[in-house]
Amino acid sequence: MNRTEGYLQRRWFNRLMLVLCGCAAAITIIFLALILGYTFINGITYFNLDFITQASKPVGESGGGMRDEIFGTFILVGLASVIALPVGLLAGIFLAEFAGRKMASAIRFAADILAGVPSIIVGVFAYALLVRPLHSYSALSAGVALAIIMIPVVARTAEESLRLVPGSQREAALALGISRWRIILGVIIPGATTGIVTGIMLAVARVAGETAPLIFTALGSAFGVQGLTVPIGALPLQIYRYALSPYSDWQKQAWAAAFLLVILVLGINIVVRLVSNRRK
Amino acid sequence: MMKKSEQATTLLPGLRHKEAAARPRVGDRIFSKVTLFFALLIVLILAGLLIALNIDAWPAVQKFGLSFLTSVSWDPVREEFGALPAVYGTLLSSLIGLIIAVPVSIGSAVFLSELAPEWLCRPCSFLIEMLAAIPSVIIGLWGLFVMVPFIRNPIEKWLGSSLGFLPFFQGPPFGVGFLSAGIILAIMVIPIITAVSRDVMRAVPITQREAMLALGATRWEMITRAVLPYCRSGLIGAVILGLGRALGETMAVTMVIGNSYNLTPSLFSPGVTIASKVASEFSEASGDLYIGSLIELALVLFGITLLVNIIARLLVWRSISVRGGGE
Amino acid sequence: MMNDLFRPIVTAEAPDKKPALHEPPRCIIKVKDLSAWYGNKIVINDISMGIGKQAITALIGPSGCGKSTFIRCLNRMHEVVEGGRVSGQVLKDGQDIYAPGVDPVDIRRRVGMVFQRASVFPAMSIFNNVASGITLTRFWSRRSDLQDVVERSLRKAALWDEVKDKLDQPGSSLSGGQQQRLCIARAIAIEPEIILMDEPCSALDPISTLKIEELMLEIKKDYTVVIVTHNMQQAARVSDWTGFLLLGELIEYSRTREVFTVPKDKRTEDYITGRFG
Repeated sequence: MNRTEGYLQRRWFNRLMLVLCGCAAAITIIFLALILGYTFINGITYFNLDFITQASKPVGESGGGMRDEIFGTFILVGLASVIALPVGLLAGIFLAEFAGRKMASAIRFAADILAGVPSIIVGVFAYALLVRPLHSYSALSAGVALAIIMIPVVARTAEESLRLVPGSQREAALALGISRWRIILGVIIPGATTGIVTGIMLAVARVAGETAPLIFTALGSAFGVQGLTVPIGALPLQIYRYALSPYSDWQKQAWAAAFLLVILVLGINIVVRLVSNRRK
Repeated sequence: MMKKSEQATTLLPGLRHKEAAARPRVGDRIFSKVTLFFALLIVLILAGLLIALNIDAWPAVQKFGLSFLTSVSWDPVREEFGALPAVYGTLLSSLIGLIIAVPVSIGSAVFLSELAPEWLCRPCSFLIEMLAAIPSVIIGLWGLFVMVPFIRNPIEKWLGSSLGFLPFFQGPPFGVGFLSAGIILAIMVIPIITAVSRDVMRAVPITQREAMLALGATRWEMITRAVLPYCRSGLIGAVILGLGRALGETMAVTMVIGNSYNLTPSLFSPGVTIASKVASEFSEASGDLYIGSLIELALVLFGITLLVNIIARLLVWRSISVRGGGE
Repeated sequence: MMNDLFRPIVTAEAPDKKPALHEPPRCIIKVKDLSAWYGNKIVINDISMGIGKQAITALIGPSGCGKSTFIRCLNRMHEVVEGGRVSGQVLKDGQDIYAPGVDPVDIRRRVGMVFQRASVFPAMSIFNNVASGITLTRFWSRRSDLQDVVERSLRKAALWDEVKDKLDQPGSSLSGGQQQRLCIARAIAIEPEIILMDEPCSALDPISTLKIEELMLEIKKDYTVVIVTHNMQQAARVSDWTGFLLLGELIEYSRTREVFTVPKDKRTEDYITGRFG
């Protein structure tokens, strides 16, 4: 059978380009492997029990750990969740259950825009809102900054999960003469739990690693966790400070902290995905 | 007491009935109002953000006016502040990032949506999502200690000796600088662009692919002539979404760009972005004018990302709604 | 059901299950023992038939009988679907298109296809839609080189007069019937020997359908057409040969006139008289 014109070139070009596409995907995964590989190897090398049980030590003294910063990160994430979860969930319920078309798309748009605001700007906002008027860096202002980052994520994922609950369940409950808000709380939200929890956990994982908004809200503290109205340390913040420091002891600690943070953040991500995939 | 209430029920059955019917409606109304309040809070936060930044930036806006955007100096001692090098650095590093990220991302997305069998596609997508989940400060740490030395030597040395006649590749290889920042940004936006473009490509109807194949197209020709043109606005949206992320990315860039207030075409030179400037100086800044200038910088960044994000949302939305209408 | 009682036993002619087949005298394609699967599910079961050159062959049958899958096997489009698998031979001019070393890309340039849904490329102009098949094989082509082919193809597809003033508008601006004729023009433009049509009129109004039927009769002079349709009137109106498929098997294949007037198999008769399907 005679071949059509330019046939061989086309066939080879086709193969070449398809292989290149495969290479592109491979490159992406290689970057992941490099970053995780270095973090794990260095992290495990410099990680020890002191790291999670000791407070940081001043320059010159070797040893020490990030006990306070680890604690601080949990406090900040907890604080952010306490603020963001009710706001995000209720906003999500409004979007999914009550909002008219125009209202919904306006709020959804605002949420998407807020989600796209660079986190450093959210930090500046928290500074202007809480640090400047109160004349003090504080855990509270950092918690608020992280909460502002969480809210749109929680709201949008909550909305989407609520929408996935089949309408038949809604109608069945309505037919029993139950009021709308009881249906939402008693039928629809339980039906969407997996999705909502997934969204919340992913949002938590994201803010746990956020650094930029903490620089001028939490500031960091050499005296441990002392309250919500005073500066507080955080793991990612300490990674940043120590990485840019000229002391090799601190740089090693930064790797150890990075190792811990990666385990925390990716751990949440992996568990959440495994659970939600199994449910599907 | 007992008797009285019993009497009331028997005497006014209609009223009881009404009450019973009205109570849930009140509950519903309260509940919907409460949720509305929190939904509006999102809008309020956005508005508050804009207002608060404007108020705090006001001293700088008043003092410098439009010259803030064109001035190249940043002198806290003499209190002269201009944004141009930071804006330039932001745009330049994002541009480098996109130049690297776009082909890799679109290639990956093509691989995931058109080529990879299901058993390969799922783990690959998972890993790419993991890359997106790594905190930016850790990518910065890796960039600073692992990537930057590698960029300095051999990459910048090699670029300098082979392409040194171009102004972009002149000057001593520092390692930290625009090139490193661009590469770090590429790593950070690849997962986003890949994920969105993969979804957009998957939304292209099968009939489009089959029609092109039936004309005797190879698989690659099918992709470039049928799939990509069909979803091009969604792809552009994906790229712009990545751009929005790159422009505002802070930590990783701050750690590898070198933070020097430079306006130079050389990609090897240390530079600064708006975000890195704010991040590295804000907590040490003093005086209303200095802080105001930093906040005005943030405001400029906010404006740019706002614009970019709005465009991206509209494009991605439209391409998805086109799919909804067409199929 | 009732009819079975009144039917003389002698005409029930399928004890050996041999299908009632006649072959056209000049075949461009000979199908031998073709079977096709989706995963583990068999959709075409051991079909053999010849397809007449420069004739219109219609394939009819209830939905799900495998007729679309069958024509997709004729230009190797079946294997595009995940899990699509084929066994047997399809001989075009004596050569098996499933032989090792034969590239499906090459086959599809000789055996064109028009789909049920008009699949114009919305990102391309009308002109580029028609030219899209031709430009595949050329690295660079000037519009003036393509002008002739595009015009000729559009004329053959009876669309030229309607679109000649708006060739640069997007293909999606046309009506449904026009879009389907644009797809036919696009298939013609690469000058295949055979054009497969998979229910080309099922989404169209009667007037557009009529236009496409006229067009088929017109292009039959140059091309071999195989059409899948669930519309028996359409098969009767346009085709020269008709095959009746049921559950993946070819039940009857003969001249259209004979199939519709004196069907040999009772199942064919039941189908064309509307007793099922």
